[in-house]
Amino acid sequence: MRRFWLAAALAGWLAAPGLASAEDTITIGMTVSQTGPLNVDSVAQLHGSEFWRDQVNAAGGIKAGSKRYKVRFVTYDDQSVGGRVQQLYTRLIVQDKANFLFGPYSSGLTATAAVISEQYGKIMLVGGGAEPKTYQLGNKYLFQCITQADYYLAGAVQALKEKNPHAKVAFVYSDDPFSKAVVASAHKLAEQAGFTIALEESYAPSTTDFSPIINKIISSGADAFLGGGHYPDGATLARQLYEQKAGMKYVAILVAPDSPKFATLGDAALGVMVPSQWEPQVKYKPDFGPTPEQFAKAAYAKTKVEADYHTASGYITGLLLQHAIEQAGSIDPKKVAAALEKMDVTTFFGHDKFATDAKNHGLQIGHQMVLAQWQMKNGKLEKEIVWPEAARTAPMLYPLPEAH
Amino acid sequence: MLRRPFFWIIAAAIALFALAPHGEDVELRESLLLAAVYITLASNLNLMLGYAGYVNFGSIVFFGLGGYFCVYFMGSLGWALAPSLLVAGIAVSVAALVFGLGILRLRGVHFALATIGVNEAVMAFVTNFEPWGGSTGIYLSPELFQPLGGPAQALWIIYYLLVAIMGVSLYLSYFVKRSKFGLGLLSIGQNEDAAAVLGVPTPRYKALAYSASAFLPAIAGGLYFFKGAFVQPADAFDLTLSTEAIVITMLGGSGTIVGPALGAYLYEELRGWLLTSETFANFQLVVAGVLLLLIVQFAPDGLMGFFYRRWPRLRRWLE
Amino acid sequence: MLGLAASLLDGVLVGAVYGLAAMGITFIWGVMDVVNLTHGAMIVAGMFGVYLLVAATGVPAYTALLPILLGGFLAGVALYWIAIHRMIGRPPLMSLLSTFSVNLVLIGLGTAAWGTVLFNVSVSLPGFSLGRYTFPGTHIMAAVLTAAIAGALYLFLYRTRTGKAVRAVAANREAAELVGIPTTRILALSCGLGVALAAISGALIATLFPFTVLSGDAYQLKSFVVTVLGGMGNPTGALVAGIALGLLEGLITPFMPVSWTLVIEFVLFVIVLIAFPGGLLSVGQRRAVR
Repeated sequence: MRRFWLAAALAGWLAAPGLASAEDTITIGMTVSQTGPLNVDSVAQLHGSEFWRDQVNAAGGIKAGSKRYKVRFVTYDDQSVGGRVQQLYTRLIVQDKANFLFGPYSSGLTATAAVISEQYGKIMLVGGGAEPKTYQLGNKYLFQCITQADYYLAGAVQALKEKNPHAKVAFVYSDDPFSKAVVASAHKLAEQAGFTIALEESYAPSTTDFSPIINKIISSGADAFLGGGHYPDGATLARQLYEQKAGMKYVAILVAPDSPKFATLGDAALGVMVPSQWEPQVKYKPDFGPTPEQFAKAAYAKTKVEADYHTASGYITGLLLQHAIEQAGSIDPKKVAAALEKMDVTTFFGHDKFATDAKNHGLQIGHQMVLAQWQMKNGKLEKEIVWPEAARTAPMLYPLPEAH
Repeated sequence: MLRRPFFWIIAAAIALFALAPHGEDVELRESLLLAAVYITLASNLNLMLGYAGYVNFGSIVFFGLGGYFCVYFMGSLGWALAPSLLVAGIAVSVAALVFGLGILRLRGVHFALATIGVNEAVMAFVTNFEPWGGSTGIYLSPELFQPLGGPAQALWIIYYLLVAIMGVSLYLSYFVKRSKFGLGLLSIGQNEDAAAVLGVPTPRYKALAYSASAFLPAIAGGLYFFKGAFVQPADAFDLTLSTEAIVITMLGGSGTIVGPALGAYLYEELRGWLLTSETFANFQLVVAGVLLLLIVQFAPDGLMGFFYRRWPRLRRWLE
Repeated sequence: MLGLAASLLDGVLVGAVYGLAAMGITFIWGVMDVVNLTHGAMIVAGMFGVYLLVAATGVPAYTALLPILLGGFLAGVALYWIAIHRMIGRPPLMSLLSTFSVNLVLIGLGTAAWGTVLFNVSVSLPGFSLGRYTFPGTHIMAAVLTAAIAGALYLFLYRTRTGKAVRAVAANREAAELVGIPTTRILALSCGLGVALAAISGALIATLFPFTVLSGDAYQLKSFVVTVLGGMGNPTGALVAGIALGLLEGLITPFMPVSWTLVIEFVLFVIVLIAFPGGLLSVGQRRAVR
């Protein structure tokens, strides 16, 4: 009897590898800023990606030709530090044998990761790197899923022009690749719109004391504020602008106000606007995948936190990769890259299409941004879309109530 | 010189580094590369710390400046790799000489603080210096790897060059120690005033050591940041690396040649493990701190000190 | 013009707190010839102390200052026994590295526990407005408390017996021992005081600006700059130098991009170290040989 069980165990052990290979997996590697100043936004992005992964696996995996692949993530904490990003992506490729890569969060980190992904010829989909320069250095496997930085404040400038064509603008922004690119472009647009640029200054990303700069803003006579950086400095700026009664009639801050956490600032958050890649109230009709409403509901049910555009960005990188693999019918990088280059689709996230010329390969040329603003709705602070007209869910609050 | 066994031991170590990945094990190459960087930094730091007894808390400034010069030369001026590295090394050594003129008249704690000040001042300056990309830094196009035969091959070439630099650092340490210059440095480390009274030209020697300790780390920095195709102030002047270099040198045994190398290798292995271990990712510095505390309190001679006391004959073979 | 005045005044207020932080370093340096590189971690400890106390018990931030003071003192005594005691009399490099290692451990544990997320202590205090400029009430309160603490320290050092003993040990440790002063106890006490100053300044800074576990580093560097400017070992000098630095920052920012402040500060730091090792305040003054 014992010999039977021994034989059975042996047979089972020999067959196991065979059984395992019946379920193929693709490994997607990425780093996440679990710690460091980029933590809030990066983790939101990760949640979005994980949400996609769980949905795909629950549905049986990604279909590539006749095979189905389950998705497996390998993630490391990059601590919001560029040096670690390179080491970790190298490890993801070389040791963890990642088939595909998702970018880290923030333009700076994405640029460093892109060096590695290009060196090893791996496809990397980017949900958190808006700066265009990264895609203009000559790459073959980089794909940007979100609107690029140059367009971030375009909407804010337009909307301001409609309210106050003679605005005096203060550009105060974080000294990092993303914010610099955004403001460089916004500066030109502001000049074209006929605004006076009362102040333009950058601050170190780790700044916590904005009172000197806010005093400068007050001295400059500006009445509109455009700028910021990522979550920590953006939130602090909003708070200190309010505390110091800077007197702004129009405040548009990058990134930070999009996070649901921003509401904890209370009165300081009221009226603050944010250029957003996506809001739950958008009305896109998807070619495939969930509708915006379905996505927002399901994401909330899963993460217990309102989805912001970072969550959506994390999800879309997965969704687009999945679609590309399905279209290519295989996980061969060259075929998948070709499928991505051909792609011209609309999803819950909006319209996505990648540039394919050598100079701008991978740059996102289809997607558009909206402008959201924190307003009081039934006694609670909520984000409403105030621009463009077609997507509007509430009229813009302008000028801001006093103490700003 | 060639008859001394230690000369060949160093050669063997270099050969080991070069041959271990045998041209295809990328994983091993990556971890050995980091080890080589640490060994280079620690060995050169040792010239000031171990021999002359001057703690250079900001030694990373040489590595970072070297990286910046090299990346700038290649990216903006279009130079090839070799001249960029060489000129970067020379430029940083000259800069070190200039800094040294100012701060080398300080002793002990004041000197250590001044080195931090130099690093921070340079970092703050570079962050504002637009021709070097300001806080964004400089990105290199992947096309710069073409002259070296494409990215994959370039990574190997960079690795071998770094191993060579590491080797030169170890030999430099060795030759200095055996030279009159080295003797002078060691006497400064023991008692600077007595050394001066006895005729050792202390200011000149200190300046020379400080400048020399900048050259190879600058080239290493150039290679390291060229490999990453990217340099920015926060990474280039990160005091953490200087800190680790000090811990490594003390761990291994300052004033010896094997010490920094051994300490660097052990520390790099430990660090690599801590980096990706989920529970310990943040404990890198804690471990470094505890190690340093224990060494300073109970074993200031480091590992080599311990080995020498246990096996005195080792002194003849391993320095 | 008003803008400049506002900037300068705000600089003085914040500078006072920098001075308080620097007093912690300079005090320990003066008494026992040790540069406390754990200073930054202790500032952070004060910041988190205030945050946690307010979050846990809901007391107003300023009441939490007293337990911070006490906690800081105890931490300082512990620090003395762990890292400094064996280093007294040894070359300064050793005590540097020793306190530095404790700093690494504390910051490492801190990042493991709290990551590097930004924390905030919300204090609402009515500010003081002058024209279009507002001086947050927190800045004013911090400056007032700094003055109070500095005053208390002065009273301690010059009007009590223990204070006298501390001054004696600072002047000449061996001689003090010879006349029967329990030097080890005094050293431990002084370390406790120095760290308490660091912790309390951290707590005050927390009421002004948001912070992370890594903020300590920046304030430690600032403390060094202030200490060097005011002369190592000179608490009054530290306070004055802190205010001077705040004034300098206030002077620079209206005219230059704020990011240049750091460059100027560090260059000044190195220059003063080289040219005026006794601090700017010692220029023209004869200082006792240490």
